[in-house]
Amino acid sequence: MKVCPEGLYVEPGGFYVDPVRPVERAVITHGHSDHARPGHANVLATSGTLAIMRQRLGEGAGGAQQALEYGEAIRIGDVTVRLAPAGHVLGSAQVVLEYNGSRVVVSGDYKRTFDRTCAPFEPVPCDVFITEATFGLPVFRHPPDLGEVRKLIHSLEIFPERSHVVGVYALGKCQRLITLLRAAGYDRPIYLHGALEPICKLYEGFGIALGELRPATVAVKEELKGALVMAPPGAVADRWARRLTDPVVAMASGWMRVRQRARQRGVELPLVISDHADWDELTQTLEDVGAPEVWVTHGREEALVHHATQRGIRARALALVGFEEEGA
Amino acid sequence: MNRFATLIDALVFMPSRNGKIRLLADFFSTTPDPDRGWALAALTEALTFNEAKPAAIRQLVAARVDPELFALSYDYVGDLAETVALIWPERHDRANSLPPSLPEVVDTLRAAKRAQVMDLVEGWLDTLDSSGRFALLKLITGSLRVGVSARLAKTALAEWGKVDVGELEECWHGLTPPYLDLFAWLEGRSERPAAGHGAGFRPLMLSHPLEEEDRAGLNPADYSAEWKWDGIRVQLVAKGGERRVYSRTGDDVSGAFPDIVDHMSFDAVLDGELLVARGEGEVASFNDLQQRLNRKAVTAKMLQEFPAWVRLYDILFDGDEDLRGLTFLERRARLERWYGAVQPRRMDLSPLVPFAGWAELEALRENARENSIEGLMLKRRDSAYTAGRPKGPWFKWKRGALTLDTVLMYAQRGHGKRSSYYSDFTFGVWRGDELVPVGKAYFGFTDAELVELDRWVRNRTVRKYGPVREVEPGLVLEVAFDSVHPSNRHKSGLAMRFPRVHRIRWDKPAGEADRLETLQRMVVA
Ligand SMILES: [Zn+2]
Ligand SMILES: [Zn+2]
Repeated sequence: MKVCPEGLYVEPGGFYVDPVRPVERAVITHGHSDHARPGHANVLATSGTLAIMRQRLGEGAGGAQQALEYGEAIRIGDVTVRLAPAGHVLGSAQVVLEYNGSRVVVSGDYKRTFDRTCAPFEPVPCDVFITEATFGLPVFRHPPDLGEVRKLIHSLEIFPERSHVVGVYALGKCQRLITLLRAAGYDRPIYLHGALEPICKLYEGFGIALGELRPATVAVKEELKGALVMAPPGAVADRWARRLTDPVVAMASGWMRVRQRARQRGVELPLVISDHADWDELTQTLEDVGAPEVWVTHGREEALVHHATQRGIRARALALVGFEEEGA
Repeated sequence: MNRFATLIDALVFMPSRNGKIRLLADFFSTTPDPDRGWALAALTEALTFNEAKPAAIRQLVAARVDPELFALSYDYVGDLAETVALIWPERHDRANSLPPSLPEVVDTLRAAKRAQVMDLVEGWLDTLDSSGRFALLKLITGSLRVGVSARLAKTALAEWGKVDVGELEECWHGLTPPYLDLFAWLEGRSERPAAGHGAGFRPLMLSHPLEEEDRAGLNPADYSAEWKWDGIRVQLVAKGGERRVYSRTGDDVSGAFPDIVDHMSFDAVLDGELLVARGEGEVASFNDLQQRLNRKAVTAKMLQEFPAWVRLYDILFDGDEDLRGLTFLERRARLERWYGAVQPRRMDLSPLVPFAGWAELEALRENARENSIEGLMLKRRDSAYTAGRPKGPWFKWKRGALTLDTVLMYAQRGHGKRSSYYSDFTFGVWRGDELVPVGKAYFGFTDAELVELDRWVRNRTVRKYGPVREVEPGLVLEVAFDSVHPSNRHKSGLAMRFPRVHRIRWDKPAGEADRLETLQRMVVA
């Protein structure tokens, strides 16, 4: 296994995991655009991830697509490949690789909190664990998500004449937040920016109930007073949101844990809801998989490497290793 | 503490004034006494207790968290209280102990000795959630800063209680936390509390620095000028037999200045500058004044060596008569009349400085090189005495600064609002063909300039040391400073007082920046 300019390369199998440039053969962990890029000749992923890629990338979703469901095994070259649920978004998977009696797990993005919209993370014991570290600092501890959703509902009560526009990522965060709101008893229609509708439809197609959704168009300006509107983070700060009357700007993201970050983005109502593991989940997962060696792919690598090293785990940040050859 | 913490959180994020007023009104109507009163006192900075020093908080967290992880986190978050609030390890047995209420925290802190404070804080941190920890740490370091001025709080109270804000102002000075009588009145359960006649502190009127762009919009004929003295702003309150000397922040410093208190045998509230005398009516240096400050007990020797007196420039109350609604000129006439009649010892009047226009004023300011004068004060003649820092009526115009063209050498991420920007700049000047650092500046640039500086730093980094980046010598910063002194703590042998970025010289080649010799010549002997 080695790190190339294209991304993580599994040499004995001749394929890449989440490559950043078009390659002959790719295994994709999940549908977010930094992991699922267009233009690969052969793509292997869960059927959920493949459906998302087809919707977002169209032609670019890959020449030949092969679905591999959680738990199924397949042999590519000398490597046995299996996908395990990562609990990140619909279809998200960890890539479990077995070669010559040793096992490497590439986590992709993951979280450990319960999420109605995807299968829960499954810790897979392994020899090398390749983990993300988006929230790899001990200041990141995501509070219980229902509490955050109640904050949003409370604000709708204090400011009943103001639209509440919530910035959410189109894939995953949007649908999870809707299911959380429904679980907290919010049953009014939820208004969606156009960019969010297709993925919501796709989720519903996979059997995830989202309740009544309506398009947030100018035509319904009056209706939007006091209503809950969701939009991609970019649109919230943009002219799009200005058509709403005196909106309360909310954002659902793990970054909202740090007040100054939230204020810089002009957020009035920060909601700490994340689809990534927080510090406690990252460190707990290192315990659970019991790998003597850990590589950190992206995020705040330094602190997690330090923590792992303190616990006697051989740890390295891939970004620092650069693009040198690494045996696995 | 939980409700207070929730309020603080909401206020931190609320950008609009009206939104803040709504949040406060919601809080006052749903929070019982005395919690809401103590919260009001905390927000308006009317609480005094032994504050905790940042170093003590760092020590607490060092015992709980790996120092490396803490350092990485602090660098990322940028604010000490917030870092500690977020990183503090939660105890799983916490469910068994109740978090403290705000009144409990305030009462305990007010009674606590300085040495006990950190033990108390540690216990509370263990029982609070992260919002509660943040509010507590901000409270005990005396830096809530959630954008609620006393004026805003009063407006919120008035709107909520459906009374006129002027009526509320009227009785405000007689009130003390937790303001039970105030809330009783606002809820219609009792009459309005009596107007204040006590010896409490009256909030001061503060000034804005006069910027070049302000001057264009001002008519000098609307203003009176006074010297700005390099002393300590004080408020003298002599009421109903009680005598108090308050500092600018409302701290009672009477104990340190018995030589002033002894001569306050009148009934008035006065605003002035506390100075130390040397010889006949001459003002001693600020250093001499500092000898008198921060002392619990004053010795007879100190009283003799560093005698204090107050240079008066305003009168707020003459007897029970509130003069704050009068114009500056009317108050000035009252002050002069009062002074002539009472003739208090250890006090004199700060003279008005006559001038004809901007040119003359500028010359006066530049030529005033006495130690005791920092510059000029401009006070609008028709302005009332308004608590806080209203923009327009009072300006301070400090004496001109020295400037030097320097080269940016290192940049470090800022703190607080600027934690994601490289905003702390170390700059140097040429000695031969090497650069020697001569100072550090954190401000003097606009937010837009900061974005450009930050981008420049990121693109021109040659090396990183933790949070510090060394940049290539390619950007000239024109730095302004008040003075420069010899110093053996700096490699250059010189230290600047109050350096700030005056202009960013994107146009100027680094080779043309100033040399160390130029700075050496600016040293005042
Ligand atoms: Zn992702
Ligand atoms: Zn990712």
